[in-house]
Amino acid sequence: METTTISPTPSPPAVAARSLAAVRRYAGRWGLIAALAALPIYYGITDLTNGYQAGFVAGHAVIHHDLSKLGFNFATGLSNGAIWALIAIGYTLVYGIIELINFAHGDVFMIGSFTSVGLWAVLGLGLTTGALGLIGGLIVTLIIAMLVTGSLNVLIERVAYRPLRSAPKLAALITAVGFSFILQNVGLLWRGGSPQSVPDLIRAQQPVFTIAGVPILRGYILAFAVMIPLVFALTWFINRTRAGRAMRATAQDPEAARLMGINVNATISLTFLLGGMLAGAAGLVYALYETNIWYFQGFKAGLIAFTAAVMGGIGNVRGAVLGGLIIGVIQALADSRLGPQWTEAVVFGYLIAIMVLRPRGLLGEETREAG
Amino acid sequence: MTKLRARLRGWRAAVEKRLPPWSSRAMAVALIAIGIVLPFLFSSSSAFMNATIIAVTYAVMSLGLNVVVGFAGLLDLGYVAFYALGAYSLGWLGSGFFFKAQVHALVSPVASTLPGVHLNFILILIAAALICAGAGVVIGLPTLRLRGDYIAVVTLAFGEIIAEVAVNGQSIHVGGGMTLTAGNLGISAVDSPYFPGIGSFNLLNLRPWYWLIFAVLLFVLFVNLRLRDSRLGRAWIALREDEVAAVSMGIPLVKTKLLAYAIGAAFGGMAGAFFGTYYTVVNAGQFQFGFSIFILAMVIIGGIGSIWGAVVGGLVLGYINNYIIPNVLNNLPAKFGFHFQLTAVEFGIFGFLLVIMMVLRPQGLIPERRRRLELTAGIAAEDAQLVETQGPAGGPT
Repeated sequence: METTTISPTPSPPAVAARSLAAVRRYAGRWGLIAALAALPIYYGITDLTNGYQAGFVAGHAVIHHDLSKLGFNFATGLSNGAIWALIAIGYTLVYGIIELINFAHGDVFMIGSFTSVGLWAVLGLGLTTGALGLIGGLIVTLIIAMLVTGSLNVLIERVAYRPLRSAPKLAALITAVGFSFILQNVGLLWRGGSPQSVPDLIRAQQPVFTIAGVPILRGYILAFAVMIPLVFALTWFINRTRAGRAMRATAQDPEAARLMGINVNATISLTFLLGGMLAGAAGLVYALYETNIWYFQGFKAGLIAFTAAVMGGIGNVRGAVLGGLIIGVIQALADSRLGPQWTEAVVFGYLIAIMVLRPRGLLGEETREAG
Repeated sequence: MTKLRARLRGWRAAVEKRLPPWSSRAMAVALIAIGIVLPFLFSSSSAFMNATIIAVTYAVMSLGLNVVVGFAGLLDLGYVAFYALGAYSLGWLGSGFFFKAQVHALVSPVASTLPGVHLNFILILIAAALICAGAGVVIGLPTLRLRGDYIAVVTLAFGEIIAEVAVNGQSIHVGGGMTLTAGNLGISAVDSPYFPGIGSFNLLNLRPWYWLIFAVLLFVLFVNLRLRDSRLGRAWIALREDEVAAVSMGIPLVKTKLLAYAIGAAFGGMAGAFFGTYYTVVNAGQFQFGFSIFILAMVIIGGIGSIWGAVVGGLVLGYINNYIIPNVLNNLPAKFGFHFQLTAVEFGIFGFLLVIMMVLRPQGLIPERRRRLELTAGIAAEDAQLVETQGPAGGPT
């Protein structure tokens, strides 16, 4: 392994080494894409050739030979992935600017869910609320939840990461894990140790229309209706505003940014604020979509979203969205075909595959860490 | 503050200078003697004895993780995998779980008549160490090209995959109607350790258990001390400090890193096997991510890379977790009018300890000498400045 980066002189069996390097380059370019395409292609072919059981009519199993089950998996996966994408952006922004895996981020998302559900009760949103009141109430909930999680994330940065900025990176990673546990226990004390079902305010499982035999549920539309405008707003902010330019400059070189008159600490706080706000939005969508919440949801969601961020190329917002959507589809396929008890193992298997095949991710550049 | 610290350091150096050269050896002998006679001071089945046994086992795990995280600098967040594999080694090789097999080796007269695989506990310890060392190499391989946080994530993923396989192992068939694990039901009725001439251990008398795990601790401690001062130990530290420089000086990167994973994993496996027999059940629910962080907290609170720190960290957190929180402070929130027990939030407490420790004393309780120098380099520079500004007579020398 080390010879590829360290050894300056090619050894005598150079042909073998060169072909090995070619294999490695090839695996790096196409291996991950092949691994990602493998699941849908395999299940698509088995659906077409062997068919799948679509239901029962008069006691007999109805076997279909088409791709609509795969399409349904994709629709579920993409809409789930929209939630992961919102969380993954938080990981990617923070990693991009201070090279820290913010382990507490998933739990900030969980706090977002809890805050949203608490706000419903405060605002009096229930199953009987009218459509207009519901939309207004949810928008208020969204804004407050985003502010709460955004400020929480800023607070965590201020207390746990800023004092350690010049310390070895291990230190900040450990405080991140510590804060993750603290937040989980806050959630545990807040709403108990088992999953709680919450009112299905938008009737998330109700189909709105059908495309090619795939029912599009309300939950899917909600996930995209929240995710797409937020991502556009974020990219506009990063690319077009002065503060966004400061963020990019700090991510590139904090020292040089400081010399150019950028307030680096404020910029880092702003990054945490944005990441936390997106996590809060994801928290509300998750509560509406899944209609149950528990204190441990953040840990799992955090790991899935981190996988998504790594897959897309960490530090890259477009990559995080792409990675989130892909991971969502993988997850939906595993849920529906292998059983939900194996989903986590499949997602983590992919995480390891990414690390082996293409540590910089699909859209990422070479980083010092992953190179 | 700085001056106070400098003065304390000065006193410490003076005390260390006065002590005769054999004092550290004498202290080690005294500690071992105290360790051996300790169980006679407490009732043989008391809660404190139980907590002590668990704390000593944690210390063994902490020493194992310290090899990976402390010596080699590879942040491993999936150490629970080796606890799981060690415990399952015991479940597989020391119970009637594989009921179609008939293998017996040096076990008690009762166990030798039962179906299943029944090996002597020492053999199981060796097997657990070997299985975990192999798993450590497998987990280490994908991380070789990576650094820092990425290693943490890959090891975390492996830990979670192994935990998931343990939970779902009931649906993995290995032939003859037997499954890989018993999932959340747990492999129960595992053998207690048996030694010819001593007999089988039982949970009414905890002293033999204590001496057994204390012996394991001494063995692991000895190996750790010898490793630290060996060529391999120096290679680990060199890799930790500067990978590129170490490799260019001829340190074999792959072999050195994989050995760190394998050795650290082997110790975790031994402790896991002991936990398997001590808890009398190997249950998939024990293998949570939180446990990895718990062990990591021991290494960090003790002082990353410091052998004695790892032991102290393991003992301190072991006692906090198994004695102080459940037996002493559990009803504390109720006294303040809260409706929860302290055991429910123990991971929050450890998280809080981690944050506090990192912010206030990142070098740990007993810092490793080299790391202390690194972390206090800034203070030393400050001292030097003080000397300069106050003139040669004013500053501490």
